[in-house]
Amino acid sequence: MDFEPSDEPVALKILIAGGFGVGKTTLVGSISEIRPLRTEEVLSDRGIGIDDVEGVEGKHTTTVAMDFGRITIREGLVVYLFGTPGQERFWFMWDELSYGALGAVVLADTRRLTDCFPSIDYFEQRGTPFIVAVNCFDGAERYEADEVRSALDLDEDVPVLLCDVRRRASAKTVLVTLVEHSLKVLTAGQH
Amino acid sequence: MTRWMDEEAGPVVRPYALIGGRTRSSGDALDLVSMITATGTVPPGGFVPGPEQERILSLVATATSVADIASDLDLPLGVVRVLLGDLHDHKLISIGRASASERILKEVINGLRAL
Repeated sequence: MDFEPSDEPVALKILIAGGFGVGKTTLVGSISEIRPLRTEEVLSDRGIGIDDVEGVEGKHTTTVAMDFGRITIREGLVVYLFGTPGQERFWFMWDELSYGALGAVVLADTRRLTDCFPSIDYFEQRGTPFIVAVNCFDGAERYEADEVRSALDLDEDVPVLLCDVRRRASAKTVLVTLVEHSLKVLTAGQH
Repeated sequence: MTRWMDEEAGPVVRPYALIGGRTRSSGDALDLVSMITATGTVPPGGFVPGPEQERILSLVATATSVADIASDLDLPLGVVRVLLGDLHDHKLISIGRASASERILKEVINGLRAL
């Protein structure tokens, strides 16, 4: 176990993943102070054919605007929330985002459950602790957490919960559930 | 300090001109949540921090994350990494990356509940 002097500032990173339009930004906004961030990323091969660079061959970077959330627990202890980019061509950013991450929240929409498969695969492969939070949209049929777990073929130890990311209390429960899960994974690894 | 930004016209200097067109530096490995703190060292002879680096140095008088620095300065992350790499090479900043301990996680859980 790592010990740090009490005066050393600690910043923790939590990822918010899931398909397009599932409520990632809403979740971050419900619980944290949102800050804008510009990144200029090297165009990947995957961008070829999508990003028309003909005539501007000198351009090797593309600007990606993203937001992140910041929650100050106390002076010197801050939690950052980063939404993972939804579009496939930004997958190359995931490795950087997930490096050293405390864990990930995979947001799911029961009407489009398959949208969260890539995120689940990714975190399973990387060994990043994650939970699945089912965002209950108005008008969508309600399912029990266990039904979602079985539909997603998740391990028993992966927490699944229902949430409404527009509500601060619900967003809070989602984050607490993730950090508790990360703590469990961390302490399990020590024994 | 001379403002190089013009709110109306946008940046007068393109971001990568600030760093001599470089896209690689010792700052590459900096994580988004690495905590940067000014060491308070006097710049060694020959190195003069640029205006953006001066802004960074005043910002990190107290520990600040790489993501917050980029957001505060409204500069692309890649540019900020290069600027920080130079500052680190000249020992003007220190880089902290404390990992999460059991004690810290428990503190986070309690802190989130209290929000």
